[in-house]
Amino acid sequence: MKLSLTRRYMFPASHRLFRSDWSEEVNRRIFGKCANPHGHGHNYAVEITVTGAVDPATGMIVNLAELDAFVQARVLDEFDHANLNEQVPEFRDCIPTTENLCRVIFERLRGLERGRIERVRIEETAKNSFEYVAERAPARESAPYEFQEEHT
Amino acid sequence: MIKLTRKLEFSAAHFYHNPKFSAEENRRIFGKCNNPHGHGHNYVLEVTVAGEPDPETGMILDLNELKEILEREVMVRFDHRHLNRDVPELADKIPTCEEIAAVLWRILESRIDPKIRDGRLDHIRLYESPDLFVDCARNGR
Repeated sequence: MKLSLTRRYMFPASHRLFRSDWSEEVNRRIFGKCANPHGHGHNYAVEITVTGAVDPATGMIVNLAELDAFVQARVLDEFDHANLNEQVPEFRDCIPTTENLCRVIFERLRGLERGRIERVRIEETAKNSFEYVAERAPARESAPYEFQEEHT
Repeated sequence: MIKLTRKLEFSAAHFYHNPKFSAEENRRIFGKCNNPHGHGHNYVLEVTVAGEPDPETGMILDLNELKEILEREVMVRFDHRHLNRDVPELADKIPTCEEIAAVLWRILESRIDPKIRDGRLDHIRLYESPDLFVDCARNGR
């Protein structure tokens, strides 16, 4: 069996979907009201899924306090109450759709000390959600939970 | 293949403490969860079985049988219990969401699989709170 832990974070932010190399009319047709010039916002809910072996000394795949601090420093400090287009460097040349947001957050979370980020799922609204799933990792990194007693 | 999910809720107390660590280490690693008086959660468990419906009944397994297993194996053993003290499978473990899910998987797999004619337990998800949950699935999923 394989265990994974998911932690959910919230952050409100604003964005605008548009391309400066397209006419206003094309932006309007493709992005609709998301292209409104002054932007708009969402309460984003981000689910970070971590997989890996459970440390028998702590019972944990990853220490939640460490995961929270890591996500706070790598993502939330910059994304929370921010304008994604203007304040997050990755979106200078990239449209801040929630598809791209999943990928950007996944990339920022590389290098977690314990465990491996397997999935980033974002709810943009109660109706829309998106997810980015990591490529399958080498066997060593994705070691499944092993029972200490008899069990197969 | 069809999947069926049953959801249940149980309330339990726990605390985190490893006797091999010093008091200071326990406090640093486990934070508030190290409080020896314990604290509690309303756990929500989702149990998903997967299989082919029996052509005679249209069911993967009889829901009443599943409900009985969950009552006997989860509610009676975990609901309104102290996980460190009342659940023998967790006695020598730190009862994190990961460890509880692993114990539940092990219990439920052995009870549910024999009741399914053409299928088996697929995965379980254990919520400790709305912003923290653990998934437990068969290897290779």
